[in-house]
Formats: sequence, C-alpha cells, structure tokens
Amino acid sequence: MAFLDLKNVRKGFAQSVAVENFNLEVERGEFISFLGPSGCGKTTTLRMIAGFETPTSGTIRINGADVTGMPPNRRNVGMVFQSYALFPNMTVADNIGFGLKVARKPAGEIAARVEEMLRTVHLPEFGARYPYQLSGGQQQRVALARALAIQPQVLLLDEPLSALDAKIRVSLRNEIRSIQRQLGITTIYVTHDQEEALSLSDRIVVMSNGRIEQIGTPFEIYNFPTTRFVASFVGTLNVLSAHVASAAEGRLTIDGQEIRASKPLGDVGAGQPINLALRPEIISIDGAADSVPNSTNRLAGTVEDVMFLGPTVRVRVRFGEQALQFDEVNNPHLNPPARGQQITVSFPPEACLILGNA
Amino acid sequence: MRKRHFWPWVWVVLGLLYFFVPLIATFDFSLRARKGVLSFDAYANVFDDTFFYQSFTFSLQAALLTIVISALLIVPTVYWVQLRVPRLRPVVEFVTLLPFVVPAVVLVFGLIRTYSSTLLNSRAGGYSLLVASYVVLSFPYMYRAIDTGLRAIDVRTLTEAAQSLGASWATILLRVIFPNVRIALLSGAFLSFAIVMGEYTIASLLAQPAFGPYMNLKASSAVYEPSALAILSFGLTWGTVALIQFLGRGAPGQTQLGGVR
Amino acid sequence: MSQLVQADTRDAPGMPAAAPRRSWAWLGVLPFFLFALAFLLLPAASIAINSFFDEAGNFTLANIAGLAQPFILNSYISSIRLSFVTALAGGIFGFLVAYAVTIGGLPGFLRAFLLTFSGIASNFAGVPLAFAFISTLGRLGLITVLLRSGLGVDLYRLGFNLYSFWGLTLTYTYFQLPLMILIMAPALDGLKREWREASENLGATNWQYWRYVALPILLPSLLGTTILLFGNAFGAQATAYALTGGQGNLVTILISAQISGDALHNPGLGNALALGMVFVMIVCIGAYTWLQRKTARWLRS
Repeated sequence: MAFLDLKNVRKGFAQSVAVENFNLEVERGEFISFLGPSGCGKTTTLRMIAGFETPTSGTIRINGADVTGMPPNRRNVGMVFQSYALFPNMTVADNIGFGLKVARKPAGEIAARVEEMLRTVHLPEFGARYPYQLSGGQQQRVALARALAIQPQVLLLDEPLSALDAKIRVSLRNEIRSIQRQLGITTIYVTHDQEEALSLSDRIVVMSNGRIEQIGTPFEIYNFPTTRFVASFVGTLNVLSAHVASAAEGRLTIDGQEIRASKPLGDVGAGQPINLALRPEIISIDGAADSVPNSTNRLAGTVEDVMFLGPTVRVRVRFGEQALQFDEVNNPHLNPPARGQQITVSFPPEACLILGNA
Repeated sequence: MRKRHFWPWVWVVLGLLYFFVPLIATFDFSLRARKGVLSFDAYANVFDDTFFYQSFTFSLQAALLTIVISALLIVPTVYWVQLRVPRLRPVVEFVTLLPFVVPAVVLVFGLIRTYSSTLLNSRAGGYSLLVASYVVLSFPYMYRAIDTGLRAIDVRTLTEAAQSLGASWATILLRVIFPNVRIALLSGAFLSFAIVMGEYTIASLLAQPAFGPYMNLKASSAVYEPSALAILSFGLTWGTVALIQFLGRGAPGQTQLGGVR
Repeated sequence: MSQLVQADTRDAPGMPAAAPRRSWAWLGVLPFFLFALAFLLLPAASIAINSFFDEAGNFTLANIAGLAQPFILNSYISSIRLSFVTALAGGIFGFLVAYAVTIGGLPGFLRAFLLTFSGIASNFAGVPLAFAFISTLGRLGLITVLLRSGLGVDLYRLGFNLYSFWGLTLTYTYFQLPLMILIMAPALDGLKREWREASENLGATNWQYWRYVALPILLPSLLGTTILLFGNAFGAQATAYALTGGQGNLVTILISAQISGDALHNPGLGNALALGMVFVMIVCIGAYTWLQRKTARWLRS
C-alpha cells in the first residue's frame, strides 16, 4: 500500500469546484511535485493533506491511517509556506524547536534537535538571531528546519521558492532536494515553475482546473505529454493544426506540405483536422540536404522573426496561416537566418506529438 | 462552527450594548420634557435659546479659523520638510506630537501664565489665545493626515516632474501638490472641527463664550435640555466622522483617533 | 503660504545664490516653529522653569516638595488609579471586541459598523458624554429607573454613585474602548493566517498558538495601546469636570481650580502640579514609542 494515498478527493467551495477526482499514490521517500497554473487546485490539495481544508468527499491516508477529518495539529505533517511564516517574536532556535516544545519534549532534547537541524540547513551559527535579521533565503531554510524538526511523516512545500531571487532559488532548490534525499522523507512540492518541477521531482502531477492532467516522471511529462495542456504548460511547444492524409501510415499535411509521424494516428478519417506538437529544440534548419536521412520531415516557409538570446538564436518561421518557433545553437562562425528569407526546417518523425482532434 | 463563534458574538453584543444604551437613554431622557408624553420640547427650547446660537456660531467661527491657520502652517511645513529639509522631520514630528504629552489643561495653564499680563488683557487677546491653543491641539491630527497624504504621492518626483515641465513654485503648490492632498487635508480639517466644536477645558478656563462651556452651564439651569444638547452634539460628531470616512474611502492620510476629553 | 513662496525664491533655479544654497532651506519651516514656540514650547517651558522658582524669583525645590502634601498626592493617586483602571478595562474589553470583529469570524458588516462607530465614539467625550451617562446612570437615569421600578434594585442604595470613582470609570471607558478597538483592529489584522497554520501544523493547540505566538506578537501593541489609553484618561478634564461639577479629586480638576482661583494659594505649586502631569505623560509616550518600535521591527520581515 502506498505511503500517502489520496482516493477520489474532491473539494467544492460555495460556487465552484477546487479539486475533483484526485487520485494519487505516493511511495515512501518519493518526491512529488504538483505543477500547474495558479488556481488549478494544487495548493488546495496540499492544504487538504496538511489538514487546513477538509475534502468534500474522498479519503486521504498517511501510512495506512485515515487522516481525512483529522485536525492539522495531530497529523504530524511538516509544512513550508511561500511566505516563510516564521514566528517573528521567536529566535531562529525557538522557531525550530516550537513543534517539540508544544509536544512537551524535554529542553535538552529540543536543544540537541535544534542544533542538528541548524547544521542540516547550513545555518549553524544562527540560532540566537531573529527572523527579521535574516535574508529571505535564510528564513526559508529556517522554515524548512522547523518543519523537519518534528520528524514529520510527510513534508509539504507550498511554492517555497517563489518569493526569492532567481539565483538563490536555484541553489536552495538543490539544497532542498539533497536534504530530502538524505532524510528520505516523503515530499510534496507545489510549484507553478516547470523548471523546478522537472529538476526536483521523482514524479510530477500536472494539474489544471482542479483536475489531474497527467502523472509521470519529468522525462515522461516533458517528452510524452498526453494532453494539449501538459504539452503547452511544460516547456515551450509549437502546436500546429494539421490535416490527416492517412491515419494508418501516419501521414498528415500542414499548409499543403506533407509530413509523417512515427506512429499511426489512430481512428481518424482522411481530411480530418488534428493537433500536432513540436518541441522547439528538436527542429533545425535544413542546411545540407544530403546530410539528413530521407525519412526526415521538411517544411518550407518564410523567416518571420529572429531573436538573439545568447547561447541560442530563436527563429520564427511562417507557413501560410501558422508559425513555428525553434532554437538554433548560436554559432559565431555562421550567420543566423535573416528576416524574410525562405528556409526549410526539418524534424524527425518521432518528434511529432499527436494531441488528438483539434 | 456554532461553538467557535459563540464568544465573539458575546463580546460584540456587550460592546454594542455599552455603546448604545447611554445613547438610547440620553435620547429617551431628552424626549421627556413634557410630563407624561414624549415630545421634542427640549429640542425646541434649545433652538429657542439665543445663547445656543451665539455659542454655537462662536465655536463654529473658532473652528474654521483654527482649520485655516493650522492648514496654512502645516501643509507648507510638511511639504518643505519632505522636499528640502528631511533632517528636520524628527523635530517637526516631535513638536506635533507634543500636544499629546501636554494635556489641554496644562497647555492652557502655561498659556495663561505666559500671557497673563499681555494678550489676556484684551478681549481679542483672549480669543486669539483660544484659537492658538486649538491650532496647537490640531497639530497631531493635521500633521499625520497631511504627512501620510503627501508621502503617498511622492512629492519629490511630482515636484521635479512639474519643474521639468516649466511650472513655477506657485503653480506647483496650487495645481500639483494641493489637489493631491485635498482629501488628507479635509480629513484632518474635519477632525479638528470635531475637536474644537465640543471643547470645554480651554474655552472655559480662558472664559470664552464657546459651545462647550454653554453646554455645561445649561446643565445647572435645565433638566432635559442638556440631554438634547448631548444628542445634538453626538449628531454633529457623527456627521463629521461620517464625512471623514466618506472622503477617506481608500485614500491615504486618514486619521480618526482623538478628541478632547 | 506666502512665507513659503518667499523662502522658495531664494532657492529658485536661476537666482544668483548669495549664500550657500542649503543654508536658507530651513526658512521654509520657520512660521511653523515660531508658532509652536509661542503657543506650545514657551508655555511648556515656563511651567517647567517656574516650578523651580519661588515668587521672589529665587531657585527653590519647595514647589516640587510641595507635591507631597496629602491632598495633592491623593489627587495624583486617584488620577493614576482612574487612568489605570479605565485603561485596563477599555484595553481588555476593546481587545476582545476588536478580536471578535476582525478574526472572530463574524459577518463583515459588523466590523465596518463597529469601526465606524468607534471613530465617532472616540471623539464623543467631554460635556456631552457626561450628560449621556447622567441620563443613563444618574439618579433619574434610564437604567437606574428601570432597575428600580422593574427589578426593585436601587443602584444608589447599593452604594453606586455615578459621581464617584466607579461612575467615572464607567464613563471614561466610553472613549477608551473605541480607541482600543480602532488601534487593535489593524494589529489583529496583522496576524498572518500562516502563523496560525504553521503553529497548528507543528502540533500546537489553539491555546498554545495564543500563548506562544499570537499574544507575544500582539503584546507590544497591547501594552503600548493600554499605555496610550492611560495617558488619554490622565489628561482628561472636561468629562470629569462636567460629571462632578468640579468636585472630583483629580489632578486635572485641581489644576483648573488653581487657574480659575489660585485654589492652592501658591502659583509655584501650580506649576509643579502641571509639571508632574507632563512628567507622567512623557513616561507614557516614551514607553508607547519604545513598544511601537519593537513591534515595527518584528513585523518588518
């Protein structure tokens, strides 16, 4: 049985439904991210695990015990808030020891645990300071230590990095992951930042409008999105509308030019519209026609825009009604394409993601 | 759910009772001037009294004068401090807070001691001391209202923007700064108004025929009229504060604390 | 405003600067300081200085020592006692009402109504307030009469007297309570939801949350506001004067008696009396400011 188990969880508010049909099984020690835009229900789900919200229906189990209606102060679940939520009237040490203090643990044990936690988050000398004397990144580390000090069964993080600078975000992200691995603690991480979700997680739950869109490893989510929403929310993606030429052979047309997918298109008749997704990094300019295999798809179009981004050059090519954006690696010895130039782009059949009917 | 809201309801109901019972009692009392029936006789008597009009207009005049002088002193000072002499800000702040430290009765005591042989020798002198002490009393409210009001609009940038467009100082003050602090100024002004209209301590000790001393005098000569005056006075305060809050919806620079005890 | 414009022209761009530009900037605040000097600082200073001189102009500590006379000391004690009790009563009651309308989960209109009303009630003081309480709890007041005729309870025979200490306390609380509500409501709003959630999340009960988190965070503003209420009552004169007809044994009433008729038969003693009040107020405001800073520092992050 899964360590953390959410079954048919639903949360409805007065007028709207926040979360619906939520099923998830999390193994002990797993790092799971809830990824989605704001208002998609990811934070509500997290708050239901913490006990701040009660599901309208469904059950939540932690380590086999049903906690669905249990008050938050009896769940032994650690939570880290977006706004740190450190107690401003207490020192760092008192903050970290708070959970043990209210559990009436002996002072000596609390002090030892606080020391240990301060070392874990690399703030060994900071015990006597007050929250207002710390930077945002330091405060969030203290918040993490405070949540971990009670040895929670599950660690919940609610967008813990979104209030921080970009640089600290990346370093603290890595630190959170390494602490989580070291302690082997089951973790749920809520974020709207796909890069965070992709780089941290064992598995990602992509959510939209209160529903799960897809659950999978970062590799699966990025490379094989199953819905149009996942494909467009995770990474940047070109979605083109195409028409089926032959479903069985995987042939379709875009703006009158024929391309092929690596797999049959399923049960769609010829001439039907269909959505085709292409990752920008897999498309390249078809420079030397003979260096690529014949099976490669080619599309001819006009360069509409060229953006120099440093390591890459982003090019937008127009085919009739539609446009395609892709990145070329910057090569100082080659001139980038110019606006208005006619070029041909190429991509392998395996790169074609079929997203169902348009 | 029910249980969680039990105590909050208890406190609110107790608070409302404490607030409203005296008002209801006063109103009830003010209606009993005619034996056996409820009537507005007490109010009619109040409005028939020429001293009521005299003292009321006297206080009204003093209040308006106070507001004008206070505004003329405080607005340019706050503006100038924010713009050019920010290091004087703590000093100005300290001076405007002094009226909190020096109770009205002490202030008037000091004023009388200082000016007993000069200003207090004439009628006009006594009147100007009255207005001057009201201006001092209004300092904390005026200053706080206008300071927050001006801070909210970033005076320096606005002034520099106006200067760069070629505006003169008079234009800047009248067309740029003043319209932007109008609400703050008005809320400070109404608060000062509410304070001055009912003020008793200073007016009575300076022997000025103001509304506060009139009300107190009435207490010894009439039974029901004082209650009617209390209701009228509450209505005046209510109207003034309602105006402040109406003006201050969402605008910076509101203050609503205070009064003269 | 004319003074300001005058001062400005000296600094206006294009004017030949005779002296270093900055040295004239303070002129803009001169009218304000002159006014404050004449009608606030000078009178205050004269009280302070004259407290240490006798009528012949010689330095003396006799005036200060004179404050130890029993009837003066008593007036200070009853002023302080009245201020302390009303500050405490208004403080605790006001905190509870503010709690109820902010985070107590009551309908929103109650909050708007009570805050607006508090804005009015905190300005409703002095003579009319005394009238209101005489109409309520005086010998012929509504509540007194209702209790006597309805329940057979005679408040005045039970020892209650509106013109006594407890009557004054009940009346003063009318302007103390709303002041507390007005100041505490924003402080209570400042309690972040996340603090409660973090505390629950770490296993704390509701009581432990209030004991270790909410009350300690609110403590400086609670104490500070209570001190403010203390000073608010301590300096009050009109309400007590109107209620007791000048018979109350309070410092403010003693001072006003001294002003209108040299009741102490010693002008120097009057100065010392006033100085003593200012001293108490300075201690209050100082403590208030200190506590206010402490809270501001905590809440900065």
